[in-house]
Amino acid sequence: MNKRTDSDPDFGVKMQTQDVNIFYGENQAIKNVSLDIADRNVTALIGPSGCGKSTYLRALNRMNDTIDNCRVEGRILLDGEDIYAREVDPVEVRRRVGMVFQKSNPFPKSIFDNVAFGLRIGGEKDKDLVAQRVEESLKDAALWDEVKDRLQSSALGLSGGQQQRLCIARCLAVWPEVILMDEPASALDPIATAKIEELIRELREKYTIIIVTHSMQQAARVSDFTAFFFMGKLVEHGDTAMMFTRPSKKRTEEYISGRFG
Amino acid sequence: MRTHTHQEFEAELRILKDRLLAMGGRCEQMISTAVRAFEDRDEDLANEVMEADREMNKDELAVDDLAVRILALRQPVGRDLRFAVAAVKASTDLERIGDESVNIAERATEMQPADQLSPPGSRLPEMAKRAGAMLRDALNALVEEDPNKARDVFTQDDAVDDIYAEVMRLCLEYMKNDPARIPDGMRICNCAKYLERIADHATNIAEMVIFTVEGRDVRHRQG
Amino acid sequence: MRHTKKDWVLAGLTGASLAVILLLLAVLLGQIAWHGVPVISTEFLSASPGADMVSGGIWPAIYGTVFMTLLMTAAGVPIGIATAIFLTEYASPRSRTAKLVRIAVNNLAGVPSIVFGLFGLGFFIIFVGGSMDALFYDDPRPVWGKPSILWASLTLAVLTLPVVIVTTEEALRQVPRELRDASLALGATRFQTVYKIVLPNAKGGILTGVILAVSRGAGEVAPIIFCGAANFLPYLPTDLRDMFMHLGYHVYALATQSPNVDAARPTLFGTVLVLLVLTFSLNLLAVIIRSRSRAALRP
Repeated sequence: MNKRTDSDPDFGVKMQTQDVNIFYGENQAIKNVSLDIADRNVTALIGPSGCGKSTYLRALNRMNDTIDNCRVEGRILLDGEDIYAREVDPVEVRRRVGMVFQKSNPFPKSIFDNVAFGLRIGGEKDKDLVAQRVEESLKDAALWDEVKDRLQSSALGLSGGQQQRLCIARCLAVWPEVILMDEPASALDPIATAKIEELIRELREKYTIIIVTHSMQQAARVSDFTAFFFMGKLVEHGDTAMMFTRPSKKRTEEYISGRFG
Repeated sequence: MRTHTHQEFEAELRILKDRLLAMGGRCEQMISTAVRAFEDRDEDLANEVMEADREMNKDELAVDDLAVRILALRQPVGRDLRFAVAAVKASTDLERIGDESVNIAERATEMQPADQLSPPGSRLPEMAKRAGAMLRDALNALVEEDPNKARDVFTQDDAVDDIYAEVMRLCLEYMKNDPARIPDGMRICNCAKYLERIADHATNIAEMVIFTVEGRDVRHRQG
Repeated sequence: MRHTKKDWVLAGLTGASLAVILLLLAVLLGQIAWHGVPVISTEFLSASPGADMVSGGIWPAIYGTVFMTLLMTAAGVPIGIATAIFLTEYASPRSRTAKLVRIAVNNLAGVPSIVFGLFGLGFFIIFVGGSMDALFYDDPRPVWGKPSILWASLTLAVLTLPVVIVTTEEALRQVPRELRDASLALGATRFQTVYKIVLPNAKGGILTGVILAVSRGAGEVAPIIFCGAANFLPYLPTDLRDMFMHLGYHVYALATQSPNVDAARPTLFGTVLVLLVLTFSLNLLAVIIRSRSRAALRP
């Protein structure tokens, strides 16, 4: 595997949000955010609680549709096409843009059935293909060796870190192009967290990853680009090394050095 | 120690060590070339040293940049943190060694032509060799995280100090006997000083090794 | 832990209440068992009653109760579960329709059971049955427009509907939101999510609710008085238009309609005992299923 230690300067743009506003009823959570997400890089979204980063993330795979009074305005493009266009099926968007949640949420089924779920509901009937894809996904999620002898046992018997990697494998099984992660390691101990972070770096070879994190240190360790949100607005966005050594906005500097809560 | 879970972090530390070794290699080259330039009054060799110094300055910036990046993005603690700090300080010492070599090379071009080195000057190559060896040992100690090798360097520094004292004594003798010899004599004294400083910079690097590995700051009182 | 005087008083009061309840329960069950157990025999359970309602057995009542319960379940449970699924999974919290349905369900739950009896008579028997007769039959004798096991079962289905809906809703709500989110995020439609994730996980709770509703419905007497229960039938109901005997109703009949009330007392207690055993068994089944399904969700 070809490991890059600096972000690849020749990336394309995988997703774009243009002048996006998001409302919960009367309350505006995201104000006029325009942001380009680089292909096959890790972009971290940081900011204090309530700044809107999770809301923004959920708009990228139309999970906001499941929330009752949430309204999204503006354009969100995946490979140049607006995912909120009238003729677009949100189910299709979610297959291309996967999501891993803060608290791991495996189904109360076997490990195998968990990973196979996405393929099966997509209509895949070929048992061999499903089995092969389950193995590949578990390997990509660095979980195969630990579970290969007990694929039929319940997923709930795994440790927290393993469950989260299972959720990642489950997400990978449907060949997403983009993976959204909402604070994926916040419920895990430091060793499990380190494993997840290393996994994210490996996954970036094939997938575009956007991660929301309340830990700036994690953003510094794991991402190629960082976007700083504050009170619903995008304050600054750039190369992670630059953001953490020489941010251009004073507010960014204050936040990352812990000068305001 | 086991390696980091984050392989890129591991790679960055490796790169930092490699860059320091490369700088050290360049320094060793510069020291021996500068002294040869002094012995042979060779202007071309002297220019080589100047050229190399420009590269050294670039290297220092690159090492510092990488160390700062590691500090910002990896939040190192414990030995990793001490190593990052040691790397920054070592790059400064290496850059100064380069500057001292340039000083030697400059004195080389100013010397009167002569067939061989005067008695005091004859001990300069030996000083240079020792200083170069000290530098090599100190850098290896840093990269291999070996405190014993570092302590060796302190002992070698004592030897260099002794030679320096003797060169100064010989120089004074040399200049006393013939006032015409004073300009060259002064230059020899200066070179001896530069070499003694180079040895001190190598010792600084060795002190940083102890700091990195054992966590003890042994500067300003060797132990 | 320090115990203040107030703690002792509270413990005393609650302990006393518990004792009273247990005592009452013991007296009730004890009396039934005392008088009823001697009456139970294979003959009692398998034979038809004699004309005086004292001799013979109560088999037709058992048969009728079970038959009616099955019909009631088949009619009411699917509608109840579907309604609950609609309210929980599909309706938006602010939707007017959902609010109306909920109000209707709550009100339905508060209707006295005798009113259901009148409803069954007025709506099912007279209106629906009568209309069917008018439309499809020329015979002046009522075919559908008379009390029968069908209308009784439907009436009880409506009565137990609120229980099914509320317990199913509760079971569906217990399924954590994260599981639904995970399924949707993988590209499942809402239907697939409900069918493959939510329902299987709510199975235990739904089943419990259904069994509780069924056991309640099986014991209700007032609604079926006008709608299809009979004092004494020489035949077992085989057609939906037949009337039927029912354990609970039989108790009422024995206590008020039998020729010799005193002689009927043992039979009465026997019938009550059978009814109670039936109801308790169903409740016990519900408890077992609920605890099994809870254990299954844990690793």
